[in-house]
Amino acid sequence: MEPLIAARDLHKHYQMGEETVHALDGVTVAIGRGEYVAMIGPSGSGKSTLMNLIGGLDSPTSGALIINGANMSDLDDAALASFRNETIGFVFQSFNLLPRLTALENVELPMIYAGRPAKARRERAAALLERVGLGERLTHKPTQLSGGQQQRVAIARALACEPPVLLADEPTGALDSSTGKDILALFGALNREGVTVLIVTHDANVAAAARRVIEMRDGKIVSDAAAEIAA
Amino acid sequence: MMRASDLTATAVRALRANPLRSALTALGVIIGVASVIAMVALGRGAQTQVERSIQSLGSNLLIIVPGAFNQGGVRGAAGGWDSLTQGDADAIKADISGLAAVAPGVRAQGQLVAGGFNWNTRIEGVTPDYLTARDWEVEHGRFFDEREVAQARRVVVLGQTVANELFPNVEALGETVRINGGSYEVIGVLGSKGQSGFGADQDDIALAPLTTVKRRIAGRRGRGDSVSQISVKAVDEAALARAETAITELLRQRHRTNGEDDDFTVQNLSSIAEAGQEATQTFTALLASISAVSLLVGGIGIMNIMLVSVTERTREIGLRKALGARQADILRQFGLEAVALSVMGGLIGLGLGYLAAWIITSAVNLPLTLAPETAAMAIGFSGLVGVAFGAYPAWRAAQLDPIEALRRE
Repeated sequence: MEPLIAARDLHKHYQMGEETVHALDGVTVAIGRGEYVAMIGPSGSGKSTLMNLIGGLDSPTSGALIINGANMSDLDDAALASFRNETIGFVFQSFNLLPRLTALENVELPMIYAGRPAKARRERAAALLERVGLGERLTHKPTQLSGGQQQRVAIARALACEPPVLLADEPTGALDSSTGKDILALFGALNREGVTVLIVTHDANVAAAARRVIEMRDGKIVSDAAAEIAA
Repeated sequence: MMRASDLTATAVRALRANPLRSALTALGVIIGVASVIAMVALGRGAQTQVERSIQSLGSNLLIIVPGAFNQGGVRGAAGGWDSLTQGDADAIKADISGLAAVAPGVRAQGQLVAGGFNWNTRIEGVTPDYLTARDWEVEHGRFFDEREVAQARRVVVLGQTVANELFPNVEALGETVRINGGSYEVIGVLGSKGQSGFGADQDDIALAPLTTVKRRIAGRRGRGDSVSQISVKAVDEAALARAETAITELLRQRHRTNGEDDDFTVQNLSSIAEAGQEATQTFTALLASISAVSLLVGGIGIMNIMLVSVTERTREIGLRKALGARQADILRQFGLEAVALSVMGGLIGLGLGYLAAWIITSAVNLPLTLAPETAAMAIGFSGLVGVAFGAYPAWRAAQLDPIEALRRE
């Protein structure tokens, strides 16, 4: 079976003044449907760059990246936007909820860009918030929610358009350890339901929750192995 | 693809998040549109006023007066003030076609006395044609006829102002007034014409037969058959233009002048009216264009705030892109915000402009003319301002790199 994400000899170069930075220097990797992968490595190792490419926020300098059957190099702005909308669910370290919108409205956002009718959107958003344990807080604004609750809203938002891939960048970085554990438990549960989860982190505890760990350094993958059993 | 209703809701929500800022931003457009509306309404009022007063003098009218129009230095005196005669009027009537009325007249100033009241007014000695030539109507009673002119009868037709001043309590018709010691019967009262374009009361007048005024009121001055003016009404505008040239030719022949030393002037009221209209139109255009500058300034205000807003909301834009917003969605969202701001400003400005126009026109006693096309133009223009000045900020927002935008604090 064809992998969900297939990268072959992926390069990404930036021009920083006179110097050319090789953020990705020949990455080849395949991630199958339903995997739970942690990407680790020090800052500057290229893991965020790889995540941006997989998320359709950036395009590679060279190499092939095929996700869910689509060659990323072929997509224009509108097609990339649709790709991000339908295929990827983003979860950020700083949650990135819109402060003026209620929890329900925040979860509705991706479905607005999908052009779904208001009633269907509201029902699905409410069901998703129920699913992440916030059924009682639909009309709360982000400022009225704790950090963990805000990240749950963000996860519900990421799931709004039923994407096959959940892409999380340091999802527990702004949370205390027990709240972080709850969030990781949620990712685990979602993964068991069939969602492919990809977490970028440099927290060993977070990486330990995954079933596969990819370690990067200097724009290259240096190790790719099944996760050791967490202590 | 975003739904139109969601797009509108998003834009309105963003504007309502900062009500004071939105109001202040719209203020530029409000002031711009309000001043354009008020100025155009004011200009149109002045124009209508000029048109009405010119029309009240009589349409398709030529007035021939003695003396050269441009009296420069000595030359002006050559013609004197009694160069026009009854003979000139008769010749015009006989020789020139396309005329509805030819009315010679003499002018005098006199004191009218009736009972305990007296009033000093302009007394015009005229013929029955004068009514036609000057578009006057007799409201009560009748006008004098040719026979009464021939017999120099002591009859008088009063303007509304004179009738009111002399007979405040009784009907003027059938009463007697005294002028220069003689008694005159009031046989008619004219309909009201109101103020002329120059602010004079056109109803402050008394009309008597030409012969009566010459012999009994004006006193004998100059030639016996001289008249102080001849009013000529043409049947239509084309005839008016032909008559102007023909009359000038005819009078030059009769007076043996060659154009250099004309001792008469043919005044065409419609050309005076045109000049007046042109002046008010220029005035209106000037006022409107000055106001349009403030609309432009309002547009720049919108652009400024939209740029600030894009910078402030960089992170929001990045997030929206990550969630699936296309460049076109972002472009529309911010463009619509700018257009909504300026159209809202335009609507409020429209209301304020009409209010201002109403206050100003009633203060200076001008007719208020509200043109619906001005309203449509104001709304259209403010929308255009929104598009023009919102386009660049919205384009900037759409072009933002989502990675950079999300990284921004």
